[in-house]
Amino acid sequence: MDAQVVQVLQLAINGVAIGSIYALVALGLVLTYKATEVLNFAHGDVLMASSFVGWGLIVGWHWPFWLAALATVALASLLCWLLDAHVLRVIVGQPQFSGVMLTIAIAFMIRGAVSMLFGPDSRNYPTPWSGQNTHLGGMVISDLNLVILAAALLITLALFWFLRSTALGVAIQAASQNQLAAYLSGIRVKRLTSLVWALAGGISAVCGLLLAPIALVDISLWVVVLKALAALVLGGFGSVPGAILGGLLIGLVEQFAGVYMPDGYKDVMAYLVLIAVLIFWPRGLLGEAHGRRV
Amino acid sequence: MRFDYDTSYSDGQALLRYRSDWVAYGLLAAVLLVAPWVLPKFFVGEITYLFIIAVASLGLMVLKGYTGQVSLGHAAFVAIGAYSHVWMMNQGLPWLLSLPLAALVSGFVGFCIGLPAIRVSGLYLAMVTLAFSILVEHVVGRWKSVTGGFNGIAVPEPILFGFSLAGLRPFYYLCLVVLVLVLLGLINLMRSKTGRAFVGVRDSEAAAYGLGIWVAGYKVLAFVVSAAVTGLAGALLAHHVQFVTPEGFSLLLSLELVLMVVIGGLGSLRGAILGALLIGLLPTFISRIKPMLPDHIAKQSGLEIFMFGLVLALFVLFEPKGLNGRWIKLRSFFQSFPMYRRDTFRRGKTYMKSERYR
Repeated sequence: MDAQVVQVLQLAINGVAIGSIYALVALGLVLTYKATEVLNFAHGDVLMASSFVGWGLIVGWHWPFWLAALATVALASLLCWLLDAHVLRVIVGQPQFSGVMLTIAIAFMIRGAVSMLFGPDSRNYPTPWSGQNTHLGGMVISDLNLVILAAALLITLALFWFLRSTALGVAIQAASQNQLAAYLSGIRVKRLTSLVWALAGGISAVCGLLLAPIALVDISLWVVVLKALAALVLGGFGSVPGAILGGLLIGLVEQFAGVYMPDGYKDVMAYLVLIAVLIFWPRGLLGEAHGRRV
Repeated sequence: MRFDYDTSYSDGQALLRYRSDWVAYGLLAAVLLVAPWVLPKFFVGEITYLFIIAVASLGLMVLKGYTGQVSLGHAAFVAIGAYSHVWMMNQGLPWLLSLPLAALVSGFVGFCIGLPAIRVSGLYLAMVTLAFSILVEHVVGRWKSVTGGFNGIAVPEPILFGFSLAGLRPFYYLCLVVLVLVLLGLINLMRSKTGRAFVGVRDSEAAAYGLGIWVAGYKVLAFVVSAAVTGLAGALLAHHVQFVTPEGFSLLLSLELVLMVVIGGLGSLRGAILGALLIGLLPTFISRIKPMLPDHIAKQSGLEIFMFGLVLALFVLFEPKGLNGRWIKLRSFFQSFPMYRRDTFRRGKTYMKSERYR
């Protein structure tokens, strides 16, 4: 194959891999946003903390990878459940900005606690796929990227099935569309919103575990949440398919900007997209159709 | 209890209405004037820093507290003020001209950011300003010819009529004067037609529109005023740190500024200053208590940010009106001393209300 075609394909695959992480993070954000109308700025820090916990279990305590991953996901879910049930519920009914401030406060506390417990160095842990590559028609794809793609696809499909086809999933949708009506139909709204938070926490832990082998276990991993915000806005705020599409696009844009644009654009591309979309096209790609002020 | 008995219009307009106000603020002024001669050098520098961030916090308060426009990126305006001030001084402009010009430049950028901000509000505005702040940080790091890049750039001495203000005490008084001027200006702005319009826009855009207030215009104006005041603080901050680098204007500074106005209490200038005092003193306080903590905690760097988070969370959860709200409660406790009723400030029960389809 032509070298340029190979490069483009290679970039596309890398972009989709990193983009599917953004998509998963954005998915977690949009789930909690739809359920509680809180934009969870602590999401990225839960992700970062779970990658540290994963490192601690795998390298520190020599647990097998799968057991450690399961334990990490369970811990993150539990943390998010408790956060919703005991912290965020206190400010229900206050302006949206209180939710932003409270989640930023929680983000700070998680970041501070992680850096106190683990120290500021970045580190890495072995996964069953580290260092292996698959050759595909002249392209070299690291197995980690393939695993990320598979995991993202699996989680997304499972989530769609869960929300569309199970009674619990439909109840969650009902509660996020109209809480009062859901109460009146006998849905336990409080428990369900906590469940959604736990779900989002679990997804963010998976993202943390997947992202860490590529990007190192580091305090600055939380920045992913800002990229995910750009993905959310691009895809249309509050839309689940939009979050996934936006995430993939942001990942692709970043990878291609890193090669085809001047030095330094790669890091800020996501933010440029965010500003441009919000100003010129606030509805985004798959935003809700009815008129809404943004 | 105190009952107003006004005999002329000027009585109602006076900033200090009662003799007790004159005494209290007079004492405060005397303490602040004497302080640099009494306190050790370290504290004088620290208080100067508090004055500067109080100015920045006042700037954000105009935008967030009075006009209800969220900005999570005010560090960008601090950076623009600081760098444009340094650049203009290096071009040979006199200090006295460069300082207001820096505020003007920052205000102009605020105008440019404010224009698109009319189109978005709430969470979306928060995200735009957040992204803008990150962009500015990157631009400052890359634009080497003006900003010196990541290596930073030295700040020239402030010289006024051939007299250097760089010393500890002259700079202290300079910052005090700027703070007092900004504070007086903003107090009067908020009592004027413009300030009332800001509050109207915050409380209900539709109602403000119905009353004939030019909502879009006042939103942009709030951005301009806020950016200009914050830029002024940035120019002073440049002199305080004497060597500006992009790391000084990171996302953390933006969030610290938001912390100040939220902890201080939204919608009050007193709150902006109280919040700046608390957040500005917290790092010093933490470094003082660090020796008392167990070694493995004290050695790590995360304690500071953890405390920021904890203080913010406690305020959001238990005192949403911030330090200013606490101050008002204390004052009414003493004013109505034996008759104070706890229920005066009781928070009503709240329910989930959607802001999705406003």
